[in-house]
Amino acid sequence: MRALLRNPTTAIGVVLCALIVMGALFAPWLAPHDPIEQNILDRMQPPGGDFLLGSDVFGRDVLSRILWGARISLVVAVASIASAIVIGGAIGMVSGYVGGRVDMFIMQVMDVLLSFPSLILGLIVVALLGAEMINLIIAISLTAIAPFARIARAPVLSLKERAFVEAGRALGFSHLRVLAVHILPNILSEVLVMGSLWMATAVRTEASLSFIGLGVKPPTATWGGMMREGFEAILDAPWLSVFPGIAILMLVLGLNMVGDGLRDATDPKLTGS
Amino acid sequence: MIIYIARRLLAAIPTLWAVLTLVFVLVRIVPGDPAIAILGDRATPAAVAALQQKLGLDRPIWTQYVDFLAQSARGDFGTSMVTNRPILADVGAVIPHTIDLTIAAMLIGVFVGIPAGVYAALHRNRWIDVLARMLSLIGLSFPVFVSGIFLLLAFALHWRIFPVIGNANLADPADRLLKLVLPAATLGLVMAAYITRVTRSAMLGVLGEDYMRTARAKGVPWKRVVWRHGLRNAGLPVVTVVGLYVGILIGNSVLTEIVFNRPGLGKIIVGALNQRDYTMLQGLMVIYCFLIVVVNLITDLTYGFIDPRVKQA
Repeated sequence: MRALLRNPTTAIGVVLCALIVMGALFAPWLAPHDPIEQNILDRMQPPGGDFLLGSDVFGRDVLSRILWGARISLVVAVASIASAIVIGGAIGMVSGYVGGRVDMFIMQVMDVLLSFPSLILGLIVVALLGAEMINLIIAISLTAIAPFARIARAPVLSLKERAFVEAGRALGFSHLRVLAVHILPNILSEVLVMGSLWMATAVRTEASLSFIGLGVKPPTATWGGMMREGFEAILDAPWLSVFPGIAILMLVLGLNMVGDGLRDATDPKLTGS
Repeated sequence: MIIYIARRLLAAIPTLWAVLTLVFVLVRIVPGDPAIAILGDRATPAAVAALQQKLGLDRPIWTQYVDFLAQSARGDFGTSMVTNRPILADVGAVIPHTIDLTIAAMLIGVFVGIPAGVYAALHRNRWIDVLARMLSLIGLSFPVFVSGIFLLLAFALHWRIFPVIGNANLADPADRLLKLVLPAATLGLVMAAYITRVTRSAMLGVLGEDYMRTARAKGVPWKRVVWRHGLRNAGLPVVTVVGLYVGILIGNSVLTEIVFNRPGLGKIIVGALNQRDYTMLQGLMVIYCFLIVVVNLITDLTYGFIDPRVKQA
């Protein structure tokens, strides 16, 4: 962990992520205004004064909405990637462990899933199921299941031939126990590193869907939704799209930096590269 | 080479079939009846039944499936439920805009990304390398609608160098090019960021190889060693990434088209979503997946071209 933080890029990434997580956690105390309360008298105030980052077309405080919006981005990203890791990881492990025709069939299905452009797949799933938080999570995790299945499967193929797995089987352990106790710990770090990089993608996808109008419904503050509203008023109030954009960039960049650092730290071949 | 191409083509058939099946299922698990969705809640049962018959929704699901496969195989992607026009005609009308954008973005990606990646690898851990790494990480962290809006704010609204709206007159090359610059930069810079990263790490992998040293030792100029011997061997992962990137490029082009108000496939898909035009969605998804399968095929063929060993495998 200390070695990880000595890498300046990773350290910056950790700081960026920590700032946003703190902002989201303490939003009720940090936010100077109510994020959804409309105040027509104060509409489109430029940044400064009472509204540090300005106010939007309904007179809502941009800073407060960014702080509250962070919650949506984080919850959707964590929930969707966690479920993709569990489902995709299980599919990949079982597929690699069982092998043979089952493995071939499952991987063929995963390849089909991979051949859909992920944003388009997410777009259609949300459009069909309805724009709600749970459907966003389903859609985003659906786009990430196939990559996690692939990542989990590859090491299982060689691990299952190793002596400790054979020994476990010889001792009469069930397949489930061998998979969960003997194989899982060996692939966990690789899958989790991928998870941190995919978190960045999930944040981006959620923001993109919200920008298209398929995110969590207004008046709830989401970063993508704020960009969408801001974009409609871009001539009069550019700050409405600039600040949420910076927030999205900070979080995605931070997650990518942490993910990169984790990958370098767990892969000795990459040290210093 | 011909056998290699034929084998690749054959291998694409089951994938295409599976993709078509998935599209068929996905479009039909929608809650609610499309006929009611089109006509609205207050439609009479007779009107709903008539529309169902017209759309073929009253037939058994297997008949619909077989017809759908047969139509797709013939290259007939159906007609829009809402406009009643053939989907291919609607797509054909905007496809030049999408192709313009995609090719321009690819060119920016390749011509910025590859030299930047090679240069960074050659100057590993020097400031230029650190800068290239930082910039590429920032580049691929930008959601395209954010970078698009930032570019729009800077170059179209603040400095007024480029037009705000991207609906180009295709017959006027100057207009077409001018309106392409910002959208293509938006898409291309993200792509350049990806390519820089992959090229850099692939080059780092080959720089220490024996054949590089041998080439240098027998007196081949360093520049030539890098570009001919190095890059050709580092080429495979780069081509893979460019191929894989097409899926992301398609998603990103939807967002770019919205930001710059350009006609294109992306705007059609968003329109179809809003109007619940299921046949249009189905057709578009088939076309998208078809494109991706074709690109994967081209990627595979490029492997054979870059590395003759692949052909024999």
